[in-house]
Amino acid sequence: MSAKDATHKTAKNKMQAHRSHKRWRTLLTPLMAIVTALILGAIVIAVTDISVYEAFQQGVGAGLLRVVEVVATAYGAFFSGAFGNPARMVRGLSIWITTGDGRAWVQSLYPITETLRYATPLIFAGLAVALGFRGGLFNIGAEGQYFIAGLTTVFVGYALTGVPWFIHAPLALLAGILGGALWGVIPGYLKAKTGAHEVINTIMLNYIAFRFAEFMLDVGGPMARGDGRPVSPFVQPSARLAQFFPSNPDIRFNIGFILALLAAVFVYWLLFKTTVGYEIRTVGQNPRAAKYAGMSVARTIVLTMALSGGLAGLAASTDILGVIGFMPNAFSSGYGFDAIALALLGNSHPFGVVLASLLFGALQAGARNMQAIARVPLDLTDILQGLIIIFIAAPAIIRALYRLRPAEGGEEVVMTRGWGQM
Amino acid sequence: MNENFNNTRRARTLGIVFLVFAALMLVLFLPGTTGSQRTTFAFDLELSQALPIGSLTFSTQGGLYLLAVVAVFLGAWQLAKGFKQVYLILGVVVLMFVLAFLTWAARDNSMNMTGMLQATLLRAVPITLAALSGVMCERCAVINIGIEGMMLMGAFTSALIGSLSQSAWVGLLAALLAGGLMGALLAVLAIRYKVNQIIAGTAINILSTGLTSYFGSRYLQSIPELNRPLTFGPVPLPVLSRIPIVGPVLFTNTVPVYLMLILVFVIHVMLFYTRWGLRTRAVGEHPKAADTLGVNVLKTRYINVILGGMVAGLGGAYLVLSSVARFDENMTAGRGFIGLAAMIFGKWSPIGSLGASLIFGFADSLRTNLAILRVPIPSQFLLMAPYLVTMIVLAGVVGRAVPPAADGEPYEKQ
Repeated sequence: MSAKDATHKTAKNKMQAHRSHKRWRTLLTPLMAIVTALILGAIVIAVTDISVYEAFQQGVGAGLLRVVEVVATAYGAFFSGAFGNPARMVRGLSIWITTGDGRAWVQSLYPITETLRYATPLIFAGLAVALGFRGGLFNIGAEGQYFIAGLTTVFVGYALTGVPWFIHAPLALLAGILGGALWGVIPGYLKAKTGAHEVINTIMLNYIAFRFAEFMLDVGGPMARGDGRPVSPFVQPSARLAQFFPSNPDIRFNIGFILALLAAVFVYWLLFKTTVGYEIRTVGQNPRAAKYAGMSVARTIVLTMALSGGLAGLAASTDILGVIGFMPNAFSSGYGFDAIALALLGNSHPFGVVLASLLFGALQAGARNMQAIARVPLDLTDILQGLIIIFIAAPAIIRALYRLRPAEGGEEVVMTRGWGQM
Repeated sequence: MNENFNNTRRARTLGIVFLVFAALMLVLFLPGTTGSQRTTFAFDLELSQALPIGSLTFSTQGGLYLLAVVAVFLGAWQLAKGFKQVYLILGVVVLMFVLAFLTWAARDNSMNMTGMLQATLLRAVPITLAALSGVMCERCAVINIGIEGMMLMGAFTSALIGSLSQSAWVGLLAALLAGGLMGALLAVLAIRYKVNQIIAGTAINILSTGLTSYFGSRYLQSIPELNRPLTFGPVPLPVLSRIPIVGPVLFTNTVPVYLMLILVFVIHVMLFYTRWGLRTRAVGEHPKAADTLGVNVLKTRYINVILGGMVAGLGGAYLVLSSVARFDENMTAGRGFIGLAAMIFGKWSPIGSLGASLIFGFADSLRTNLAILRVPIPSQFLLMAPYLVTMIVLAGVVGRAVPPAADGEPYEKQ
């Protein structure tokens, strides 16, 4: 009896150990993917630095030393640009505690707030594409939805006056959601009614949105500021999103980030806890089965695209109301394509998208500092992002590199099948 | 029965569409004109070897009425009897609408039609090559969303190697190699590691943007000699280049343009009339059946995707070696994605892709021509038009585009 009990216990322990081991394993691969990308990035930095070649002419030792120096300077600037300098934070904190002057402390937080600020629109755009993927739709149009939402948001933001902030800001956000949703509904409706491919239509709508915004904001256009620059007027102060550190104008970290997190929770709830979400996922996985189960495939497609467009629209709204304060003509953001990568990296799961966006946000913030201090071109982020995506998507490469054993069981979720045809 | 009903309904809709186009020609373009205005379409280009044929001058309103009447006739015929090649007629009607627009835009003015066609073809070259790259890959069921990145790599390499070697041909070969390498990367990820193909393509786009921009700002910007490639000059073909209109447009081009035209033809023939094409299509539609019959599915995919990458690289090389003669950051500017749209619009066929690309090329060429004519419509709206037309045509008549059945699915041998 006791022997049996004991074996039972050890089996249970073993299982627990196994489970925690497995959890560690699932985290290990993405971690090693990031590390590997950083190593390759370091090689690119070292190989393209002329001072390294000069140092190697003096000897191998001097050359290697220079390589370490160059990479350390670049990545030092990178990490302090993304997460902040711990020494400065401690110093700032101690000044705050001893003298009550918190300015140095707040300033030391600037890098990490930049990371979160960059992550904010990425979260919205990534969620937009991820939601589309779940519904079997490939929304390449986040960029166009972003443009139209920018126009609607900024219009409500500057044209409406004399309204208290708790009405104005939500209205401006809502305008962005509606603008984005409208631009998402068009390809959704066309797909549902005529079968026209959403990939073509969202690409076409990107260009149409781009031209339309150009027309509206062009000098002399309907929404131009009128000072000879192709930009919109500033939004009213009542439409601006609340800043976390209003005392420090450098820091542009605002409640848009909180809204982005709430949006992720909302998408999670919608997809996995509601009937609507179940319908979206069913239509995405097997439209025929959804139809036989009595769901309206057409309605679900239109709804999915509306939600997706609305989320992409919020990326523009939070950018304008939280950070820029107006809409520039050359607003091309590149979010549309980053969003695809984020949705894929996050496995089309809302919380995965948030993590991936934080990573990309850190890369953005870090690379800017790296360019300013170490003169390494900003474009290194794209190289790192591309490599990280490849290594995370093909874990077999990482496993082969580090001799890791493959994780057991199926882990992949089917996100996109072909062109998402019906 | 249902199918039949749908067909008659579609036929009727198309007849009405023709009539609507006829009405639009009159409603949109007639009001701004007077009876005395005349439109001139010129056909001779300066510095061209083609035999001169002069130009055509006619009454603006007369031209508009004529085009509208012909469109009404086509619409009535479609409603009454129906055309067999109805999509061809649709193309003709759309073309007539464009002609009506040009007639109106060039009132009291002259427009060079040959120049317009030439610009249309040239702007369509990179888009067509992108679409062909997509066709090569997707016909064997590998989705290639990384065309944009492959083109960028081709453009960058051709600029760098073309400058170092001081030879456009070496630059071109280097671009083919770079595109092929990116194709090989996509192939390895998609076939060997069974990575989701859209992820792989997106990664290739981001990586290529990063690599070309990084090395561009490190080297090409600081050392201008590295960004000054020799370019291809136009090679007029003997005799053929002397034909009016056709000569300057088709037979007085640079090497990459000829290569594009040849490739459209060659890939079409290869795909539909050779053993290789049959195997490729079998692998794209039903890989298991192809495998059972002894086709090496994976090898077919590797070869096609690498060739597809090379075609995309050629598209990038065109931009540098016969267009702007230098590499600029992100110079492909979304042409890879437009090419994807052209591929779908052209129903995954090389000739269809060329047709769709010409529409986008025409859109692009309008920009310069309309600026010269000083058309009173905001140029942005005119530039939107082709994208809108694509959407309308797609929704109204082409509808469901059916990709190869196994598109995007990795193949596992059992």
